[in-house]
Amino acid sequence: MSFERPAARVADVEPDDLLNKRGPLGPPQSMPARPQSPPTQPYASGLGTPAGTEPGLSVTLRGLRAFYGANEAVRGVDLEFNANEVTAIIGPSGCGKSTMVRCINRMHEEIPGARAEGKVLLDELDIYDGAVDVVAVRRAIGMVFQKPNPFPTMSVFDNVAAGLRLTMRGRSQGSKAELRAKVEAAVRSAGLWDEVADRLGEPGAGLSGGQQQRLCIARSLAVNPEVILMDEPCSALDPIATLKIEELIDQLKRRVTIVIVTHNMQQAARVADRTAFMLDGRLIEVGATQEIFTTPGDPRTEEYVTGKFG
Amino acid sequence: MSARGASAQQLARFAVAPSRRRRDRLARAGILAATAIALIPLALIIYYLLRKGLGSWSPSFFSSDPTGNTFFRSASIGGIKSAILGTIEIVALASAISIPVGIGVAVWLVEYGKDGRLASTVRFFIDVLTGVPSIVFGLFIYIVLIVGTGTSYAGYKGSFALGLLMLPVVTRSAEVILLLVPNGLREAALALGAPRWRVIARIVLPTALAGLLTGVLLAVARAAGETAPLLFTAASTLKTNLNLDQFTNSLPVQIYNDVTSPTTAVVNRAWGAALTLVLMIGALNVIARLIAHRSRLS
Repeated sequence: MSFERPAARVADVEPDDLLNKRGPLGPPQSMPARPQSPPTQPYASGLGTPAGTEPGLSVTLRGLRAFYGANEAVRGVDLEFNANEVTAIIGPSGCGKSTMVRCINRMHEEIPGARAEGKVLLDELDIYDGAVDVVAVRRAIGMVFQKPNPFPTMSVFDNVAAGLRLTMRGRSQGSKAELRAKVEAAVRSAGLWDEVADRLGEPGAGLSGGQQQRLCIARSLAVNPEVILMDEPCSALDPIATLKIEELIDQLKRRVTIVIVTHNMQQAARVADRTAFMLDGRLIEVGATQEIFTTPGDPRTEEYVTGKFG
Repeated sequence: MSARGASAQQLARFAVAPSRRRRDRLARAGILAATAIALIPLALIIYYLLRKGLGSWSPSFFSSDPTGNTFFRSASIGGIKSAILGTIEIVALASAISIPVGIGVAVWLVEYGKDGRLASTVRFFIDVLTGVPSIVFGLFIYIVLIVGTGTSYAGYKGSFALGLLMLPVVTRSAEVILLLVPNGLREAALALGAPRWRVIARIVLPTALAGLLTGVLLAVARAAGETAPLLFTAASTLKTNLNLDQFTNSLPVQIYNDVTSPTTAVVNRAWGAALTLVLMIGALNVIARLIAHRSRLS
């Protein structure tokens, strides 16, 4: 699919953006840049840009295996997440779906004793390549966690700005007005602006659970990632907050690729273009959400989606 | 809680048994007695400190150095200015050394060393260091910096001894506090594409700040009251001394010297100095508690 992108895109590479400066890297492995975003002012028109101008990137897993010590949690998964689609990962607890998702932005490495094998391609770049800077990978592939985790020492504004402040080098952060514009754009994109516009100075931890989670989504969006991973983002939220997040996901897929782990099959059915079913560390089946839920190809998928086990 | 209206059967089943009530009262009385016994010496210490210490307090007590002239009744024995300032100087330098190093070690243990072999070894030696009697730190500095260099006592050498004493306390308390910072915050920041050092500097340390301050203040309070490490490192002197390369007076050492004097006025000065020291340390503890109370981690 996305491997057939025009070669001209390779010329747009900004090595600073994704690759460790120390690692000389040939063009084929280079990080693909967004085709149409102007390099000097990526935020020129804020996040309210028309759909499609800042598309997400595809992610491809090839023979991905993940371990915790000797325990193999993901046992060889081949799976493609199409650009600007929402892909849901479903499966019973402990089937390795969270682990698999954490491998996509190398957060898996943060757990002592954990390691991964195989390939994860962001568009065409293998993010496990030795020359790739893990920090740059995470800038391109954001993550929203199960429990809303705003930074407790920071205000609403600072929480959203945190991504920009923590990732930008020294003085490249730009002026206060620019930062404000970026924060506002991210908060608007997360559908939170009307609720927090007059509370930007208050502690982020003072918002409701659902607002906190959308704040975390805004925080991820502010650094302008191409992919957002969501690990059961609604499991700590009430149905109304969940609905808001789901509506948000539907809007966000215009500008990012979304991978969402969920235990809630209705949620998968509501938000996902494609759904992947995992069991015991293996990918059992992947396909259009409609198909997975109505005419699954594998009996185990059918049993799971009809609630016979799980 | 009325039992009226209940049947006899219900009463028999739900009423408090007399034997259980008795045992409960006995146990409560025992615990209360233990608390009272523990409080008696504390109350007595405070009582004697106030009774004996307050008597020697006067404006000149705080504003004059000891004169050393203690044999003639008419002569003024002086106050404790040099001891107060000396304690502040010595402890300040000790803190300046041990707090950055101690927090640095704790950050390394929590964020990098984790459960590795080196980290476990470091933790073990920190625990050993915590249990080392304070006089051993004084002895170590005495051997290395005084006998070893062939030089004399100096305030900064006392600071080194106190710094060594504080180091394991600061490290251990900081480690515990840093472990309390939820991992989700680190992950959230890392997932934004923040380099690890920035996650530590901008997220982990600010989140833990109040707890770190509390631990640091308690370590400072502990060091300020130590006599043994200072006896043969900073020694004692009469004059107020702002140069830590000289003999430097301190409250614990002056108390130690004064209390062995045959002159009543000098012994009373020791009580006054003791009250001063306790109040200084108490103030640090109160500040530490106030900060801990406002901590977001507790």
